[in-house]
Amino acid sequence: MTTGADAIAIRARGLTRRFGKLVAVDHVDLEVPAKRVYGFLGPNGSGKSTTIRMLCGLLTPSAGEIEVLGLRIPAQADELRPHIGYMTQKFSLFEDLSVCENLEFLAAIQGVPKAKTKARIDALIGQYHFGDRQKQLAGTLSGGQKQRLALACAVIHEPELLFLDEPTSAVDPESRRDFWEKLFELADAGTTLLVSTHLMDEAERCHRLAILDRGALVADGTPHELTAQLEGRTFIVETADPRRAQRALDGVPGVLGVAQVGNTLRVLTAAGAGDVTQRMGQALAAAAQKAEVAPAPPNLEDVFVAATRKGDGDGERAA
Amino acid sequence: MNWRRLWAIVVKELRQLRRDRITLAMVVGIPVFQLVLFGYAINTNLRGLDVGIVDQANTAGSRALVLDMLATGVVAPVARADTPQELMAMIRRGRISIGIVVPPDFERRRIDGRAVAQVLVDGSDTAVQGAAAQLMQVPIDSAVPDTRAPLTSTPASGRISVVGFYNPQRRSAVNIVPGLIGVILTMTMVLFTAIAIVRERERGNMELLIATPLTSAELMVGKVLPYVAIGLVQTSVILALGTWLFEVPIRGSVLDVYLASGLLILANLALGLLISTRAQSQFQAMQMTFFVFLPSILLSGFMFPFAGMPKLVQWLAEVLPLTHFLRLIRGVMLRGAGLGEMWGDVLALAAFVLVMMALAILRFRKRLD
Repeated sequence: MTTGADAIAIRARGLTRRFGKLVAVDHVDLEVPAKRVYGFLGPNGSGKSTTIRMLCGLLTPSAGEIEVLGLRIPAQADELRPHIGYMTQKFSLFEDLSVCENLEFLAAIQGVPKAKTKARIDALIGQYHFGDRQKQLAGTLSGGQKQRLALACAVIHEPELLFLDEPTSAVDPESRRDFWEKLFELADAGTTLLVSTHLMDEAERCHRLAILDRGALVADGTPHELTAQLEGRTFIVETADPRRAQRALDGVPGVLGVAQVGNTLRVLTAAGAGDVTQRMGQALAAAAQKAEVAPAPPNLEDVFVAATRKGDGDGERAA
Repeated sequence: MNWRRLWAIVVKELRQLRRDRITLAMVVGIPVFQLVLFGYAINTNLRGLDVGIVDQANTAGSRALVLDMLATGVVAPVARADTPQELMAMIRRGRISIGIVVPPDFERRRIDGRAVAQVLVDGSDTAVQGAAAQLMQVPIDSAVPDTRAPLTSTPASGRISVVGFYNPQRRSAVNIVPGLIGVILTMTMVLFTAIAIVRERERGNMELLIATPLTSAELMVGKVLPYVAIGLVQTSVILALGTWLFEVPIRGSVLDVYLASGLLILANLALGLLISTRAQSQFQAMQMTFFVFLPSILLSGFMFPFAGMPKLVQWLAEVLPLTHFLRLIRGVMLRGAGLGEMWGDVLALAAFVLVMMALAILRFRKRLD
């Protein structure tokens, strides 16, 4: 662990949540270092939101232990609340209140001292660029503006720990970049951030990352550690007819995944499948495809595919 | 209970309400609309009701009595008949609302001091019954000076008998406006808070709120308080319109009227909150509101006399806040009673408020599961 010397903000062991027969979160062990941006990467329905809700005490776990900022959750959830900020997946501020009114409301609810409230709101309005929109109703803001306001409201009481549930999934790339700037500013100022996402480019920005699939934690580490494990297992196939080539490659032993990227195919192979390039060449030749197979540097999408296919492929554990 | 957080909720609710045109229209619109609608339908100053007359005596005295009755302006003659049976047939057909019958032995009855005439009333319309009562006030002996019997000061009452058909239970129309305060408050207040919590859940605000230090009690009380003020505004609108348009008296103290109204408002708001913690959607909350609203209107004594209901239904009605409020408000406004004289109903309402509020706070969990 590269951040081993740092304090741990969140620790969970055997965290499980069942909804009837469905196991939404399945024995997740988690350690989130303090003052870092920690990412939860996973597709929809992988248990990201459920995990976050259990960590901030909104959902009771079916099994497992949680310790957040040294407090036992859910038993001490009330003591935890003043120290956390939570930005929900769905916009949860009041659409029929103005930017300023939403901030005032949360300042009062979160117990920002009365004397400091005005200065704090003014500072946030400046930092989050709402100078000319203070009186605008939150419901009429654009997607990116709404996310900025939600973040401003979530940090109004300067929490030690900030949970963000898919904060930018509905936002354009430009706004997303601005948003991440803010997140790093917060981390620099000493806030621990836990961000869930299903976007690879967002996951790459995190200091550390956990990959969730169908409720289970399948990999975790820094983005660099995770991709380094796949070194030598990823290839680019250039061909005139990528779709036919993809069909030809799909059944080849040792091939974990084939994805079309523009005019090329991106192939992920299983670990220890030594002569897989040779088999791929044969399969392509058999399908009468002229193709060039070249090694490519692995990315997080490969990590994700490798981690989620480990159960049904012949690959080994990715992390 | 943190007062700053509580106040933040109150301010937020009021700001949201200010921007919610439809709800705002409901605050003033429903009382005005309902009062005018109900009020005119139960107009107590009915004039020119269709009347049929049977004068079997046909003496100077009987003719004078009939003319006196017509002179009240309450009735206007549209038919004459020879027998009371014909009149009853006309009432049944709806041709006339009131029939006046003067029997052949009118003069003898007058001397004997017995009832001298009969007024047949279509009791299917309570307002007509109210109007018919005015006919009883017509003096019998003033029209023709009677030299044989020195009974000129005979009180009129009892000398003309009124017989109501189809609805022998006569009710005063003035009952309705005080009752209407209760009905309108029940209708609007329960609905206001019934959707209050569930709306925030639907819009996603609740997940944000429960992740903050806000407590259940702060949230619940903060949601109730602004609507108490709104309920009192509604009460004032109804009272003002009621006295101005329909001349409904307030014989007791105005403070008592507001205290009773305040209790009913709290009771309904608390009930609404409880519904809101149960309902899954705003639509469901509306449905549940109607489950409360219909029995309130039908069983509280607003529409049908409480005394006429079976015991079991009466017990059920005792659970409804409107039942107790009706007794209080009719007592204060019409009989000039004080709340202290009707402490049983005051206590019942107060207990209802406390129980509902406690249940709502206990039922509301700061959890998503």
